[in-house]
Amino acid sequence: MKLFANLIRDLDSTNKTTAKVAALVDYFNKAPDADKVWAIAILSHRRPPRPVNTTIVRSWAAESANIPLWLFEESYHIVGDLAETIALVVPSSQNSCDKSLSHFIKEIIELKSLDDKEKKTYLVKNWKALAYYESFVFNKLITGSLRIGISQKLMTRSLSISTGLEEDVLAYRLMGNWDPGTTTFHNLIIEQRKSDYVSKPYPFYLAYGLEGKIDELGNVTDWNIEHKWDGIRAQIIVRNQEVFIWSRGEELVTDKYPEFHGMPGNIPDGTVLDGEILAFPNGVIGSFNDLQTRIGRKNISKNLLKKSPVILKVYDLLEWEGIDIRNLSLLKRREQLELLLKNPNVGKLPLYLSENKLLNSWEEVAKERSKSREHRSEGLMLKRKDSPYRVGRKKGDWWKWKVDPLSIDAVLTYAMRGHGRRTNLFTDYTFALWDKDRSELVTFAKAYSGLTDAEFRKVDSWIKKNTLERFGPVRSVTPKLVFEIAFEGVALSKRHKSGIATRFPRILKWRQDKKIEEANSLEDLKMMIPFLDSV
Amino acid sequence: METPLLIFNENGIYCKEANVYLDPWHPVDRAIITHGHADHSRWGNKEYITHTTNVPIIKHRLGEIVVHGKEYNEKFVVNNVTFSLHPAGHIIGSSQVRVEHKGEVWVFTGDYKIENDGVATPYEPVKCHTFITECTFGIPPFKWVPQEQVFKNINQWWANNREEGKTSVLFGYSLGKAQRLLKYLDTSIGKIYTHGAIENMTEVLRPQVLFPPTTLITRDTKKKELIGNIVLAPPSAHGSTWIRKMVPFVTASASGWMAFRGARRRRAIDKGFVLSDHCDWEGLLKAIESTGAEKIIATHGYTEIFSRYLRDQGYDARTEQTQFEGEMNELNTEPEEKPAP
Ligand SMILES: [Zn+2]
Ligand SMILES: [Zn+2]
Repeated sequence: MKLFANLIRDLDSTNKTTAKVAALVDYFNKAPDADKVWAIAILSHRRPPRPVNTTIVRSWAAESANIPLWLFEESYHIVGDLAETIALVVPSSQNSCDKSLSHFIKEIIELKSLDDKEKKTYLVKNWKALAYYESFVFNKLITGSLRIGISQKLMTRSLSISTGLEEDVLAYRLMGNWDPGTTTFHNLIIEQRKSDYVSKPYPFYLAYGLEGKIDELGNVTDWNIEHKWDGIRAQIIVRNQEVFIWSRGEELVTDKYPEFHGMPGNIPDGTVLDGEILAFPNGVIGSFNDLQTRIGRKNISKNLLKKSPVILKVYDLLEWEGIDIRNLSLLKRREQLELLLKNPNVGKLPLYLSENKLLNSWEEVAKERSKSREHRSEGLMLKRKDSPYRVGRKKGDWWKWKVDPLSIDAVLTYAMRGHGRRTNLFTDYTFALWDKDRSELVTFAKAYSGLTDAEFRKVDSWIKKNTLERFGPVRSVTPKLVFEIAFEGVALSKRHKSGIATRFPRILKWRQDKKIEEANSLEDLKMMIPFLDSV
Repeated sequence: METPLLIFNENGIYCKEANVYLDPWHPVDRAIITHGHADHSRWGNKEYITHTTNVPIIKHRLGEIVVHGKEYNEKFVVNNVTFSLHPAGHIIGSSQVRVEHKGEVWVFTGDYKIENDGVATPYEPVKCHTFITECTFGIPPFKWVPQEQVFKNINQWWANNREEGKTSVLFGYSLGKAQRLLKYLDTSIGKIYTHGAIENMTEVLRPQVLFPPTTLITRDTKKKELIGNIVLAPPSAHGSTWIRKMVPFVTASASGWMAFRGARRRRAIDKGFVLSDHCDWEGLLKAIESTGAEKIIATHGYTEIFSRYLRDQGYDARTEQTQFEGEMNELNTEPEEKPAP
C-alpha cells in the first residue's frame, strides 16, 4: 500500500505533467505486475465496486476515534472529504504497510459479501495498521471515491517510458472493457498482438493563424477554401474490419462515438479519414456547447445518442486501400475522398464532406468568411491545393482565417481568487447582463484573462473595497464596473442560468468610460445567436 | 448576581474591578497584552503592560507607546485585583494572563500551544476556576506531529529542491512562525534568505534568541545566488511580483491549516508542512484538564463545536465573540482588510 499511497500523494500534489509522468514511471518501475494492472484500472476510472455503505462507516470511524458521532460529522463537514476525515481522526500507525495494492483490492472486493460485524473488524484493523496517507487512500478505495484520474495520454506516455513500447500501441491496448481482476500485466501491456499496428494513427497536420494580408497568398484558385469547423479534430481509421477514432490529443475515443461503429464493412479496410466531429442535433450542425454533452461522457445512453448525435465533417484522406497517400497533393486526395463519399454504402454513414468553396477572388473569400457564424463555423481554412499532408504545425500550406470575436459590454458581479501566481489577486470574474426589462443583472459568463497585470491589480483592490458578501472563496461585489467581453461563439443552453452559452469568453477591455446602465442586455446577446429559429 | 471578574464588552475582555482590558480590540486606557500578533496587540491604547520579551516586539510594531514589562509569575496589583503573566508557549514573549480577586482565579490564554518549540518559553498550566481558551484548531482532525519530524521533512524538502536546482520558498507568519522555522533550518544545506518583513522582525529578536545568519533579499540580490537556497517569506508574498526573483522556485507553507489537503490546493502551494503555534485538539483538552477549571469560555476558532464537546464532558462551557483571528491570517493573506459596509 505504501508504494501506491506514495503515487497518489505525488499525483495529488502537483499539476505539472512532467512530475505526474515521473511519479507514474517510478511506480511502474517498482510495483509488482498485479498492482500495476490495478493502478492503471483505478486511475482510468475502472474502480472496484464500493463494498460498504458510508453512513455506517462514519459511525465506526467515530467510535474508533473515541468521539461522539455528531463531532465526527462536524469534522467531516469542515474537512469536506470523508476518506480524509477518517484518516485524520482515527489514530493511524507510525509505520507504513508493505502489503500490496492488489492484495487490498482482493480483500475489499470480498468485503462486500461479509456481514457488518466482519466489515467493521476489517476496517478498524486497517485504520490502525496503516500510516496516515495510506489510510486516506484505503478509505478512498472502500468509499469508492478515489477520483484522481490520469488522462489516457499521460498514462500511455508513462507506460511507454517504463516499458519501451510505443504510445499509440499502448493506447490501443488500454482501450475497451478489460477486467483488472482477471487480466495480467503481461496480457494487457507487454504481449505483442498482430492487431496493434491496426489502430495506428498518423500525426495530425495543424494550421497556423493567417499572418499578413489575404491577397499575399497569391492566386485564389490555388487554394482549397473550407469553413473552419468548431468541433473535435479527429482521425477515423478503418482497418481489418475495425474502426478506431483518435482525437487530436492523440487519445483513442472510439467508445465515445458509436455513430461511427458501422463504418467497417461500408468503408473499405485501409482507409483513414481526417475531419471534425460536430454535434448534429435535429439534422443541422450544432454548437460546441451541444457537443460538450458528449465529450465528457464515457457511457453513452440511447437517449443521449438521439438527443445529441454527432457527424464527421471530412476534409482529408490520409490512407487509401492500405496505402499512405499523405504525399499526394491535397487536390488528388480530395478527389479520392469525394469519390469515396459518393458511394451509396457510405451515404448511410454520418460522414459529410467539408465542401471546397469555389470562389473567384479574395473579396469573395472575405465575404464567405463574414458568413461563417451562420454556417456554425469559426472562419475559414485555406489549404494549398498542391500541398502534401504534413506532420505537426508547419507554416505555409494551411492557414486558418478566423472571424473576429463577438463582443458585448457586461457588468462585473462576482470575483474569485486566481490560480498560479495570481492566487493572491481576485482575477476570476463573473459577468452579468441586464434582463429583458433592464431591472436585474443576470450572470452570463466567467472570464479570467485579458487584462494586464496592472489592471488586474487595480480591479483587485477595487473588489476588496467593494465586497458585498462572501461565499467561501467567492465574493459578490457592488455592480459598478463595466467590461467588454469577447467570445468566439454563442448558443442557447439549458445548462446556463441565462439560457445562453458563450464560447471562450475573455475580457477585451475595461470600459472605464461606461456606467452599468450602458451595459448590454441578454436580449442583445440573443441577437448574436446564428439561425435562432432552427434550434 | 455579582458581575463576573472578566466580561466581554465592545472593546475587549474587561476587568471592571481593575479597569483593565486584556488584548482589547479598540483603544482603551490600560491594556494587558498577551503577545505581539496584530489581532492581540492593537494600536492606540494609552498604556500597555506585557511580558518584558514582548516589549521590543510591540514597540517595533506599534512605534512609540507607553509600555511596562513584567516577568513571568511576577504579581502586580491594580485596584485590589492581582495580575500575573505565565508562559503560553505560542511565540516569543507570549503570556497567559492570570487574574485573581477575592480568591477567585481566571486565566486568559491569549494564543498558546503546549509543545515546547525551543524558541518560546514553554507553556505552563495555571490552576484556575475559569479558563478563557482559544480554540483555533479545536476539532479532532487537527493532530500535530512532533516538530522534530516536521523539521526533518522541511530540511529534506529543501535538500531535494537544491538537488533539482530550485530555490525553496517557505511561507510562515513573520512574527513567531518565521523564527521557529529559522531556528531549525539546516544551514549545512545552503544559505537562508529573508523577505524584509521577516528580516526586520528577526533582527528585533536576535538579542533574545540565537538564530542562524540570514541575508535580506534586496533589489541587488541576483537570481543566480538564490538558486538552491531557501527563502523565508510571509504568506502575503505568495503570488506577488517580489517572488518572481526566485524563479525557478518551489513553494511550501508551514501552518496548522496544511493538515487539510484542500487548504494547500486552494492556496496553490506546492507543499504543505503541518506546523502550528496553536494547540491541536488533544493539546487543548489536555491543557483544560490541567488547569482544574470548571468553567470554560471558548474564544476564536471552532468555538461552538468545541464548547459543545466540553459540555458533553461535564464542563460548564460557553463561547464568547471576540475579534481575535487565530491563525486565520495565514490562510487569508489579505492584511487588515475589511469588507465595505
Ligand atoms: Zn497569536
Ligand atoms: Zn489569537
